[in-house]
Amino acid sequence: MANPIREIPANDPLNSAELKSLLDRIIEENRERPGAVMLVLNETQAKIGHVSPAMQAYIARKLQVPLGQVHGVVTFYSFFKTKPRGKHTVKFCLGTACYVAGTPQLVEKAKQMLGIELGDTTLDGQITLEECRCVGACSQAPVVVVDDEAHGKLRPNKFPQVLKKIQG
Amino acid sequence: MPFYRSHILVCVDPQCLAKGAHELTDALQDELVAQGLIDEIQILETSRIGGCARGPEIMVYPEGTHYVGLTADDAPYLVEEHFLKGRVVEKFVEKEKPVADEELGPPRPKETRIILRNCGAIDPMNIEDYLAADGYQALGKVISEMTAEQVIDEVTRSGLRGRGGAGFPAGRKWALSRQAPGDLKYMVCNADEGDPGAFMNRRVLEGDPHSVIEGMIIGAYAIGASYGYIYCRAEYPLAVQTLNLAIIQAREFGFLGKDILGAGFNFDLEVRVGAGAFVCGEETALMASIMGRRGEPRPRPPFPSVKGVWGKPSNNNNVETYANVPQIILNGADWYASMGTPRSKGTKTFAVGGNVAKPGLIEVPMGITLREIIFEVAGGIKDGRKFKAVQTGGPMGGCLAEAHLDLPLDYEALTQAGSMMGSGGLVVMDETSCMVDIARFFMDFTQAESCGKCAPCRVGTRRILELLEKICDGKGQRGDLERLEDLCHEVAKNSLCGLGQGAPNPVLSTLKLFRDEYEAHVYEKRCPAKVCRSLIRYEIEAPACTGCMVCARNCPVEAISGERRQAHHIDIEKCIRCGICMQVCNFNAVSVLT
Repeated sequence: MANPIREIPANDPLNSAELKSLLDRIIEENRERPGAVMLVLNETQAKIGHVSPAMQAYIARKLQVPLGQVHGVVTFYSFFKTKPRGKHTVKFCLGTACYVAGTPQLVEKAKQMLGIELGDTTLDGQITLEECRCVGACSQAPVVVVDDEAHGKLRPNKFPQVLKKIQG
Repeated sequence: MPFYRSHILVCVDPQCLAKGAHELTDALQDELVAQGLIDEIQILETSRIGGCARGPEIMVYPEGTHYVGLTADDAPYLVEEHFLKGRVVEKFVEKEKPVADEELGPPRPKETRIILRNCGAIDPMNIEDYLAADGYQALGKVISEMTAEQVIDEVTRSGLRGRGGAGFPAGRKWALSRQAPGDLKYMVCNADEGDPGAFMNRRVLEGDPHSVIEGMIIGAYAIGASYGYIYCRAEYPLAVQTLNLAIIQAREFGFLGKDILGAGFNFDLEVRVGAGAFVCGEETALMASIMGRRGEPRPRPPFPSVKGVWGKPSNNNNVETYANVPQIILNGADWYASMGTPRSKGTKTFAVGGNVAKPGLIEVPMGITLREIIFEVAGGIKDGRKFKAVQTGGPMGGCLAEAHLDLPLDYEALTQAGSMMGSGGLVVMDETSCMVDIARFFMDFTQAESCGKCAPCRVGTRRILELLEKICDGKGQRGDLERLEDLCHEVAKNSLCGLGQGAPNPVLSTLKLFRDEYEAHVYEKRCPAKVCRSLIRYEIEAPACTGCMVCARNCPVEAISGERRQAHHIDIEKCIRCGICMQVCNFNAVSVLT
């Protein structure tokens, strides 16, 4: 990893005045609360969409905790992303019920249609494919969550319609 | 409370929200104000009415009229017609038979609802609804009539045990937390419901958040805690939102904060959100996460009751455990203890899923048999297939077979049979499920979720998974099953926390009950349930195939060839055995062989 403190990539949110002030506000609002690292990271992930190495270094310095602690927390929890994600996210539920009901076939279909693997983002930055653990809608299995909308009882031949909606 | 002649319930489940349920609520509200009806008609937001596919939808009571497909623009017309003129607006009435809430319908035979009694019946966003359903009466009783010791004694006598899965007596835990030295103590609620297939806690938090909060306040009174955390998983945004609103309302009504109900007792509460780590359901990992650290468990003792959040005594219980408390206080320990078996009392919620006819959320008294749950409450096996196994207790639990179906539901009985109560996921499998593949699936889950702190779990789960993958892949060798068994025992014995200790359970229980299936994979290179890809092949039966091309169009690897109206053929070399052709075929012409 390049030194995240000295070399901030041009497209990093820290180089955007608007996002940087948002991050500053998040840090200020939470710094006095016990357990601030998680709170700041959760809010940053929710509002900015990822926590880049440079942002981790920035948060660590502002909160006066070791960078190792921030990086450790970021890499421990699956919700924190270190790279920006696509505009839309398609998540495949791999909970027991969905797995049994046919998520693997849906994943095959998606990979074939978009030409990317799970965890990757399409070249145009539009769609990220992800797997996720149970979303708690097992009676609707198999479930695919597109952005925040859950599609239940989805069969592979219906999948193109779901993609079409977000591809516009 | 004001009297309303009519109530409008607006569904705000994620599907309807995406289609503009909030905008509809606002528009209805504006229109009721404009028409001067706002004092007569109340608008409530609720989760799931049942027609979400055609949402946004509303339900109007007392008539019980169900409208779907509304937009904010329809509000003026609807209000004028329905509420001013009293005419039902036919064009929005749900014509299709309403799809009942598949997760939580009306009580089914053999159900007893205590935890779920309010879910769907009250507006979770409005504390007054909870108050009308005897809410916070237990808290009043505790504060005005009972000492802390009496509360603990009542909970102990009720026989309530930890609903997170381990079944530790709740009263005893409270007593330990009370005795622990220290001025500052914490209440912690474990709402990190991570087991795949389990969603009971989510519905309680979304449908009746105040019951959990009330339980926590009573607990805080009993052990002498002054602050509390509800640790909810990030996958449940609606639950987090509902809880936050409920906490604000409880504060406004004086149930939280300083000098609660004028009794000089202080307690406040906040929600902490996880970030997608299954191991945080383990209590010491959960507390590490609350403190802003990596969610890694630590050895116990000291138990959290003695040394928990910020090093202070912390009482940790599950959502369902807390939700039981107000009812126990109101109705008495004897009432609660009258349900269940000698060792396990009360009721338990289960999320029944998998291959059953009626999946969903149920609440049954302890002592009921698995057979009653699967065949009477959940409607039996889907499509008339044959029951094979039921997985209880999530990825740390085990599979039970036909022979165990008549066991009474009881913590000890399930443990003796090689599974566990767990938090309440119940996944039913029929003859089309391969038990080796299921074991592999669970191992894949635990292996990925192992936090990596202790070697037996970090390395052991990985090795078990590799062995299972090898077997599923048709590369199993003589001696692999024995090696698998040894490894499982080692991992179970030496791991630090419940995740590693329980991780081998799905493998061990299936090895015990379905050894013949494992043997078929290893020695005959055959998957009897026709699931494991390396051991099966798909074929199109010429007489049944109409040549409709649907399978060829859907095949991801173009392995299907054939002219229109001619029988098709699958190229075994190209085929990746994804099974899509079989799913999409309308003529049952695709068959799978092993």
